[in-house]
Amino acid sequence: MQLVLEKRAERSGTIALVSPLIAVGLTIVTMVILFAILGKNPLLALHAYFIAPLTDGYSLQEIAVKATPLVMIAIGLSLCYLANAWNIGAEGQFLIGAVAGSWIAVRTQGTDAGAWVLPAMLVLAAAAGALYALIPAICKVKFGASEILTSLMLVYVADLFLDYLVRGPWRDPHGFNFPTTAEFDPVATVPLLIEGGRLHLGSIIVLLVVAAAAILLGRTIKGFEIRVVGAAPRAARFGGFKADRLIILTFAISGALAGLAGIIEVAGPIGHLQPGISPGYGFTAIIVAFLGRLNPLGILVAGLFLALTFIGGEQAQIAMKIPLDVTKVFQGILLFYVLACDSLILYRFKLVFPNRQVARGAG
Amino acid sequence: MELVEAIILSVLAASTPLLIAATGELVTERSGVLNLGVEGMMIVGAACGFAGAWLSGSVFIGALFGIVAGVLMSLVFALMALGLAVNQVATGLALTILGVGLSGLIGAGFVGERITPAVHLHIPGATDIPLIGRVLFGEDGFVYVSIALVVGVWWFLYRTRAGLILRACGDNHASAHALGYPVLRIRTFAVMFGGACAGLAGAYLPLAYTPFFVPGMTAGRGWIALALVVFSSWRPGRLVLGAYLFGAVTILQLHAQGWGVGIPSQFMSALPYLATVVVLVLISRERSGGSTAPAALGTVFVPDC
Amino acid sequence: MRKSLLALATGLLLAGSVSAASAADKLKVGFIYLGPIGDLGWTYQHDQGRLALVKELGDKIETTYLENVPEGPDAERSIEQLVRAGNKLIFTTSFGYMDPTLKVAKKYPNVHFEHATGYKRNPNMSTYSARWYQGRYIQGLIAAKMSKSGVLGYIGSFPIPEVVSGINATMLAAQSINPNIKVKIIWANTWFDPGKEADAAKALIDQGADVIMQHTDSPAPMQIASERGKLAFGQDSEMIKFGPKTQLTSILDTWGPYYIERVKAELAGTWKSEDSWGGLDSHMFAMAPYTNMPDEVKKMAEDAQAAIIAGKLHPFKCPIVGQDGKPVECKGGDHLDDGQILGMNFYVKGIDDKLPGK
Repeated sequence: MQLVLEKRAERSGTIALVSPLIAVGLTIVTMVILFAILGKNPLLALHAYFIAPLTDGYSLQEIAVKATPLVMIAIGLSLCYLANAWNIGAEGQFLIGAVAGSWIAVRTQGTDAGAWVLPAMLVLAAAAGALYALIPAICKVKFGASEILTSLMLVYVADLFLDYLVRGPWRDPHGFNFPTTAEFDPVATVPLLIEGGRLHLGSIIVLLVVAAAAILLGRTIKGFEIRVVGAAPRAARFGGFKADRLIILTFAISGALAGLAGIIEVAGPIGHLQPGISPGYGFTAIIVAFLGRLNPLGILVAGLFLALTFIGGEQAQIAMKIPLDVTKVFQGILLFYVLACDSLILYRFKLVFPNRQVARGAG
Repeated sequence: MELVEAIILSVLAASTPLLIAATGELVTERSGVLNLGVEGMMIVGAACGFAGAWLSGSVFIGALFGIVAGVLMSLVFALMALGLAVNQVATGLALTILGVGLSGLIGAGFVGERITPAVHLHIPGATDIPLIGRVLFGEDGFVYVSIALVVGVWWFLYRTRAGLILRACGDNHASAHALGYPVLRIRTFAVMFGGACAGLAGAYLPLAYTPFFVPGMTAGRGWIALALVVFSSWRPGRLVLGAYLFGAVTILQLHAQGWGVGIPSQFMSALPYLATVVVLVLISRERSGGSTAPAALGTVFVPDC
Repeated sequence: MRKSLLALATGLLLAGSVSAASAADKLKVGFIYLGPIGDLGWTYQHDQGRLALVKELGDKIETTYLENVPEGPDAERSIEQLVRAGNKLIFTTSFGYMDPTLKVAKKYPNVHFEHATGYKRNPNMSTYSARWYQGRYIQGLIAAKMSKSGVLGYIGSFPIPEVVSGINATMLAAQSINPNIKVKIIWANTWFDPGKEADAAKALIDQGADVIMQHTDSPAPMQIASERGKLAFGQDSEMIKFGPKTQLTSILDTWGPYYIERVKAELAGTWKSEDSWGGLDSHMFAMAPYTNMPDEVKKMAEDAQAAIIAGKLHPFKCPIVGQDGKPVECKGGDHLDDGQILGMNFYVKGIDDKLPGK
């Protein structure tokens, strides 16, 4: 007996809508079994993961705060991936953006610099993120060096560079030499949207980015070009589209968005530059991009959903003493089910028996 | 001279897990599959390897546990990426998340325990030769296995028919399929081999490097292994070079600090990564266009039947 | 694997039933951990402190912890989650939680916070830390006595004042025994990476060091020193298991007594914001038994320990000469004051290395 996939004539719209539900259903079944093995009440656990975080304003805000950088980075990555450019170094671009933006904040600290500071930080961060992303893009286009590798290597370099700055030149002079800059001035801080909460302007910016990406992909020639180059490189060549230029462009956009996400995190929820500003956002965003099927709205939903599992995991740890490792397993299983069920959109699953199967050539 | 020998020994030890994991991933990628979950398979291999060794009292059994754990993890990947044609990049990353969680659960009961590490070879006479004796005849078993693995993989890929077919799957799965080769089955085996190697590489850490288990002890080595495969341009010979080069830079930057070379340690730590980028660019440039990557790498294949 | 899963499941089952039995009127005490509770080092010791607390006051309190909380944007949320879950006293156990703790503390004036190793306080936020440099001083004495090569190997994590003051205390002590003693320092740039720590230990030994000291958290350096037949000091926890013939002593973080004291104060309604920087006299940390050394060295170490506890010996006793050859200003009378130690950013004379970031 063998599992065989059969390509559907066209994407199944119904399944596209139903598949996430099937995935969640399967995850719930699996987790119920796992919780039972671990001796936890499965219903209470599922409530802590999925329901509790959605029932109060505080948790909803926190979900939005957590999802903001993930969605912002994932939107940029999705453009790259659609164009078949494999940027997996968004983490590094995130860090460099944070560093560049913080430079203005550190420089203007304690001066009477005006309201221009924050916008300047955002712009510089985006520019730096884009430039940093251009290194692998140019190495790829000019020298044929794999962008997967170079972008990944540059993550470590960015991380160590940030580390050097906050332990050396940018260290808070009144901070007992601890590795952090001084707290940013109010003009260098991303404003909060709700008094007493943590929801900040970044969440609005990310919605704009999602809308812009949707328009770019759905309504412009450039967006069409990106899709064609990725999906059918040969056709794109005949159509006169230049794949190289698109690699540069999509890398620059995704680097800029990652850099922007970086400075928004630093000037928003964190409030100063320090080591460890990213708990792996750049990598988690890759999963968000694929969970969202490389579609801007899908990414928004996927980002919020993944954020929900983080918040829920924390509440499960508090309420039921479920170890963090279980949350990781839960996330991994959930991702597998979602990805597997998405496969149903393009394929039909069939069980066949090999002895009846005749090998036939494929085109 | 003794210092040179000591440095070489440290470099070999530091490079071995990278080399083993990367060799497995090289075969996987040569078949056209990109499995980014090496770190996840390694960390589960580390936890299970230690568990096996601790329960049985044997490093060998531990290594087997590590291998089996790596294979099981890779089968999850194969089911997803090959069986269900899911995007390989996403599946690999999800595998890493799963692996980190699983290893924590499995290893939780073994934290704080210690085992007797893998023994080092000792041939009276040969091992005592100055400079090269311990390097050639005084390593632990994993080091010899890693060399044998690379040689074996080289021989398999370039000197056997099966290797040729595997490479054909990686370069053009449609043609390989048209010729009647079971592309998915071949790829599944390649993925399993990759898993076995990653599991073994993970097991090396608690069995030979530091004989205890702690969560997260692979500390990103799976990612480095992935980088090495690309660095090697998918050739076993260059993989050895890359792994030892990387190990050497890592160890030498520590020595440079001990000697009091006054460069910020962050820059020293960044050196291996920068070196990889630079060497990669030089190698790629030399070849004047045309990547040597398996042409079908990372693409989905669904047989049409 | 199966066996361990089962064992784990039973363990969790027990833990679950205990928490289920807790009544609603118990005081809830929360902990935020940087690493996994099984890291064998920093977080492990804090969790041991929590367990000691449960053992002592388990019938009056209920504890909750969040592990693996990164020091970035997530920290503030994690702390606030503990507040919202009803915890009235919350210990945040890493330096990087300082600003997030302060932010949450300002938002919830009725909840009490305790931040480890930081310096920012609030009417409802205390700080606590230990004078580990006292232990380092004793280690320096032992190291100088025990080293045959006259070269000590020191694995640093990051050049923050806590680590730098540890190196200086070690060297001041060692120089008092052997004026020509040398120290080789390698910064691992990580708190925790067993492989890298092992590599650093190997490099130090290969360069002639015969006593290894570490300010990183895994037992790897101890284990390497043991493999090479050298001597070493543990860190955070008892590491003698990893070097039965190697460990001279170890600085043990013993948070239990402090946690118990603070929770008792909370229960009695007498908790107030304080800055506790406890030395050997306060039981904030302890020295593991002095092992693998001749009796005279052991006696010297014990005498030094007693002198420090009695306040007769101060590791940073003036005059202290800096690396640049100039005497260091003595703000605390006959020794450096706490501010100078807490913000230490210079090497003392006799350290050949250059302090990173200087």
